[in-house]
Parts: sequence; C-alpha cells; structure tokens
Amino acid sequence: MPTTATDYSDVTGSEASLRRFLHGLPGVDQVGAEARAAALGTRSIKTTAKAQALDLAIRMVDLTTLEGQDTHGKVRALASKAMRPDPADPTCPAVAAVCVYPDMVATVKQTLGSSGVNVAAVATAFPSGRAALDIKLADTRDAVEAGADEIDMVIDRGAFLSGHYLRVFEEIVAVREACARPGGDDAHLKVIFETGELQTLDNVRRVSWLAMMAGAHFIKTSTGKVQPAATLPVTLVMLEAVRDFREATGQMVGVKPAGGIRTAKDAIKYLVMVNEVAGPDWLDPAWFRFGASTLLNELLMQRTKMTTGRYSGPDYFTLD
Amino acid sequence: MDFTYAPAPESRSIVDLKASYGLFISGQFVDGHGSSFKTISPATEEVLAEVAEADDADVDAAVKAARRAHTRVWSRMPGSERAKYLYRIARIIQERSRELAVLESLDNGKPIKESRDVDVPVVAAHFFYYAGWADKLEHAGFGTTPLGVAGQVIPWNFPLLMLAWKVAPALACGNTVVLKPAETTPLTALLFAEICQQADLPPGVVNIVTGAGGTGQAIVAHPDVDKVAFTGSTEVGKAIARAVAGTGKKVTLELGGKAANIVFDDAPIDQAVEGIVNGIFFNQGHVCCAGSRLLVQESVADELLERLKRRMGTLRVGDPLDKNTDVGAINSAAQLQRIRELSDVGEAEGAGRWSPPCELPDRGFWFPPTIFTGVSQAHRIAREEIFGPVLSVLTFRTPSEAVEKANNTPYGLSAGVWTEKGSLILHMAGALKAGVVWANTFNKFDPTSPFGGYKESGQGREGGRHGLAAYLKGGDL
Repeated sequence: MPTTATDYSDVTGSEASLRRFLHGLPGVDQVGAEARAAALGTRSIKTTAKAQALDLAIRMVDLTTLEGQDTHGKVRALASKAMRPDPADPTCPAVAAVCVYPDMVATVKQTLGSSGVNVAAVATAFPSGRAALDIKLADTRDAVEAGADEIDMVIDRGAFLSGHYLRVFEEIVAVREACARPGGDDAHLKVIFETGELQTLDNVRRVSWLAMMAGAHFIKTSTGKVQPAATLPVTLVMLEAVRDFREATGQMVGVKPAGGIRTAKDAIKYLVMVNEVAGPDWLDPAWFRFGASTLLNELLMQRTKMTTGRYSGPDYFTLD
Repeated sequence: MDFTYAPAPESRSIVDLKASYGLFISGQFVDGHGSSFKTISPATEEVLAEVAEADDADVDAAVKAARRAHTRVWSRMPGSERAKYLYRIARIIQERSRELAVLESLDNGKPIKESRDVDVPVVAAHFFYYAGWADKLEHAGFGTTPLGVAGQVIPWNFPLLMLAWKVAPALACGNTVVLKPAETTPLTALLFAEICQQADLPPGVVNIVTGAGGTGQAIVAHPDVDKVAFTGSTEVGKAIARAVAGTGKKVTLELGGKAANIVFDDAPIDQAVEGIVNGIFFNQGHVCCAGSRLLVQESVADELLERLKRRMGTLRVGDPLDKNTDVGAINSAAQLQRIRELSDVGEAEGAGRWSPPCELPDRGFWFPPTIFTGVSQAHRIAREEIFGPVLSVLTFRTPSEAVEKANNTPYGLSAGVWTEKGSLILHMAGALKAGVVWANTFNKFDPTSPFGGYKESGQGREGGRHGLAAYLKGGDL
C-alpha cells in the first residue's frame, strides 16, 4: 500500500495548509446526521438476512480485554474463545482478532497459532496517549516485535483540540513507520480518535481525513475508556469519510466502532449503516470491525436462536 | 459482500376490513342514497372495500346533524370538557396506531415506515396539542366564539393527518364538522369515525361523508355551513373560493406548491443530500410542500448531484407494507398518468432524465424516483406541480439569484435553505415568499408550528396558535 501522504503532500506540508484543508471540508449538521443514523436504525433485518448479519458480525469482532487485572491465563482463555466462539457449533465462525495490551501479545500469539485470528495490540500510551513520542514509538515497536498483526494507536487529543493538526499527523506517520517489519509483513495500523473527547461531528470528519492522509489502515472511534464510546452518528460520519476518501484516492480505509455496542440488534444497525453509507465493499472483516467484549455472547445467543429456534440462557455460553 | 434484506412485511391481520362502509352521520353508520364506489390498494389494484357515495340529501342530513350537535351540545360545553374528548381521541389513536398505520398504507400506498413513524404519531400529537387549547382560547387572542358548522374537504396524500389538521382545531374551538375524505383514500377517516364512537363523542360533532367531487361541492355549497376548509389542488381551491364568495362563509385553503430547496456551496453536504431525498421522495412526492425544485449553487452542483444519485441508488421502492420500503406506490392511476405526462414533457423540452436502476412491481401504480438535470425556469417541470417523485434541478450563482428563482412561481408554500452560515439563513428566510422556510432540514411537521401558503398556495394557517383563528369569530381581527 502506498503511503497516502504523498497524494496529499501539498496539504500536509505545513500546519497552515493542513488546517486550511481540514477546515475546508464540508460541515456536518448534527441534527441531520443523527436523524439519518436513527432512520437507518429502523431497518428490519429478519430471517435469512439476520442469519447472514449475525455470522458477519461475529467475524468482525475484535475480542477485547484491556484491564489492569489482565493475566496470561485470562488472555489465553480469551484467545481460545476467539477461535471457537461456540464450542457446541463447529459452523460458528471465528472472530477477526483478539485485542490486548502489548505485554500480552506473545501469549495470545502463541495460543492463536495458525488459526487465522489476528492479534491486535493497543499502543502509544493507551488510553490517554499522554507520553513522549519516543515512548509511544517504543510501545509500538514492542508490540510489533512480539508479533502483533494490528496496532491500535491513540491520537494526541490535546494536540488536536488545540489545533496542532500537523503534530497529530506526524505522530500517526511515525507510528505507521514503527509498524513496519523487516520482512515487509507490516502490522496494520488502526487510529483511535476517542470521539467522546473530540465531541463534535465536524471534528470527527476532520480527524478522519487527517488520519487517512497519514496512512491509517483503519479509523477507530474509541478506546472504550471514555463515555460516550462508539455511537451511530459518529460512525456514520466516519463511514462517509472513508467512502469519500476512496472516491478521491482509490484507497480503502477500514472503520472500527469500539465500546458501547452490546446487543446483536445494535451490531446489525451498524452493518445496515455500512451497507447503505459506505457500500457493500466494506462488509468484510478486512474493512469493518467491532471493538467489543460482551457483544460476542449476545451475537452467539441470537445465532443459536436462529439455528435451533430456541433461546438458551447465558449459562450455555462461555464467559471468557 | 452482498447484504440482501429479507422481506419484512407488516401483518395486515390487525386491520378488520369490512366489505362495505356507510356514511357516518350523527354518531351512526348509515347507508348513503347515492351509488357506492370502490377503494383499491394502489400497490396491487386489489379492491379493499365498497364505500357509500353521499348525495346532496346525505350531505344535508350530515350538516343538520352537525348543526344540532353544535347548538345543543358542543358549543355549550365548557372548553375543559371538550378537551377531555380530544385527549381521549388522541389516546385511542395511539393505542390503535398500528391498525391505523397499516390501513393508511394499504389504502394510500405510502410506506408503512412513514405511516407508522410520521403520519400516525403526528396525528395523535395534533389532537393532544389542540386538546390543550380548548380551555385556554381566551389567551389565544381570537375570542372564544366558534363559527358553527365547518365543512371540510381533504386530500389523499395524508388522509388521516389532513383529517387531524382539520378536525382537531375545529372541535377544540367548539365547532362541529362535516368532513369528506378523498375518494381514493376514505378508509382511515371511517376508522376515525369508529374511534369517535369509542370515545363517546356526542353524536353529530363529527360527521364523515364519503364521495367524489360532487359530494365536496355539496358541502361547500350548503347554506348552513359556516366555514369551509379545503386542502387540495389550486384549481379546485379557486373554484371553492368562487363558490363561497359573497356568502359570508369563512374559508381556509391549503393548495399546491412548487417549493425551492436551496443548497449553498457551504452546505453540510451529506445532510443536504438527505434533505433533498426527504424533500422530494418522502410520500412518493405526494406532498404539497415537497421540495420539487432543487436550486443548487453552480460551484457545487456536480459534486452534489453525484452524491444525490448515489444516495438515490439505495432507495428501496416496493411493497408499502414492507418495513424496509422507502418509496411506495403512486396513489392512483390518474395521478400516475399525470406524473408520466409531465415527465415526458420534461424530456421533450430537453432536460436530462435520470432514475436509479430499480425493479417495479408488475401490478399497481409505480413510478421510479426521478431527477431532471439542466432544467431552467422556462421548463414546465420547473413551473407546474407534478405531485410525484420527480425532482427538477436548477442552478444559481448568487444568493440574490437564488431568491429570484425561488420566488418566481405562482406558488409560495414552503422552501428549504441549506448553509452553515446563520446570517444567510436569516436573510433568506426574510426574502423567500413562502409560508414555511426550513433551514438545514425539510418536511418537518409539528402541531405547534403554523403551516400555510402565499399566493396560489392558499390562504389561512393551520397548526399552532394561528390555526385557532380559522375556527373562531374573532379570527379576522
């Protein structure tokens, strides 16, 4: 994948030109965006469409644990669940990735083996991002060397909110470079905005473009540590951004809402939005992910209901 | 990946369709003296029911019942008591909302999504809102004396909502009504009659007579009708104005429109696209205030049109009862014929016609969402009301040119302005000759907000405090 910075080098060459570009993007009317998101949420997805959506949603889950109390035992259990979410049903697909802190990457990698499930690591002084660049880069390299397939970085929200767009841009570029491996098997970079702190939808559109121009493979809403985390209107604006970016450059960027998506019904609303806003090309774990922990069991319960016609309680699904 | 939405039909079983319906006069369903007519589902052409046609004698009986109820009961009842009935009706509408929504979509052809989420909730809101005014009329500034008997004739595009706009303020002010629903969509009005029975509304306060133009004329011409309220075409509106001239009857008319939806170069572009789609494809464009003329600033026209076309490609046209349908059926064969004719004229006059690929059902009345580009003010499709899912796209260079073009029409019902600049919104709102100006939104309806037109779009206002003026003796002040 070429570095997109070259396509927009005239824009990203200086603080002034970057600011002019970002502030020149069309505004987002919040009331209108919320109304559109709510309208898409009324789609009725039933029978075959629901079965298809549930399996796709499971395949899109980044099964996540990001706690101070995480242990090697805990993440091993999570990794096992990622590979076989429903031990009772071998037709149930695996999730996309397991998302952990960098020090757990090696353990997860070992458990996942050649299952095809990726290891994602949060890095760059997650979740606040309040550290020197050197430390953020070291954090990233540490995870990459341990075998992370994907890096979920956080942007410097303080820099963004104070208008230092170029600093945010350069940091993303530097982290992307730190994702490189000598063999060329680079880790993919997801850029977390923490939209709950950026607050306005105008900011969401601007930061989306900024990250895409800096070479993000994925743009991600939240760390899960700040409320509100992912919302439908925020995801709507990000899906519009990746759609417009492909129109402008030919390059696809993925989208990952994370945090706060707990029910199968909610997950399906997101898939409808992906389908009708960005388009069906994005309906693939390579281009859309859910950052979630409890969502998976909700999806599994709905899936079992679809396949057996019966509801079974939470005790029939593993807690890991 | 291809994500195909499986059919999600709303069940019809909640609706108890009768084979035939009579007239609702003095609290009872009675047979009419005229012949009966059939009402069909425009989506399938299936006959839904036979409906009585009211002749002059039937209309006379209805007006007499209304007069009696007015003199003996309704005008004497304290406003606080009238309010109780209106609140009760509003609550029953909410309780029976699914039934009303399904029946509305069956008879009218509009998507269940709209009847369920827009029509019926706004209907209930109207009754709740005017129930609140019934005992507070002295604070509204139009006096407290009702006019008497109101003759009301409503169109087929929002059958139940237009009924609510007419009936709720009339009753709140102490008038009684004789209402005629449109001949292609009489069923929800007749279900409303049942609701009046269920609410124990005194007999004669609401009378519903079904029929076509002749029945409407009989109401308008009846000497004991004190007030005529009409929503419909400008042509019929003019005829009504002539008929009541010199009679002392009060009249309000809500007629056609050819609204400009004006998009400036700094508009929030994705929301503007949504507003354009909502402005013209909501209810198949069967909306008097539809944003049927898109005026887009030339510097962003290409980009906007590209986005609009992409968005139109995701519109789902088909079965009105499917919960995922965005655009339903055209209401009647006659209306479809008119839309086709005017669209053919647009093409013949050289405008560029475009519709997204979409499969239309074999039976029923259907027209794909359509836009015409390269339209100028001289084209008929820029001047005449099409009343269908057809958008004419024109461009402008400056705000003053936008105002000039927007106002250059015999109509003046509504307009939309899309810009991130607040001062421009205020300037445009002042300069546009339209009864309603929406800023960064379109087709928003609320019972608290007055609605009505300039010029050939009508006279009088419905909704809000202003809506009371049309039904009170002090309303001319």
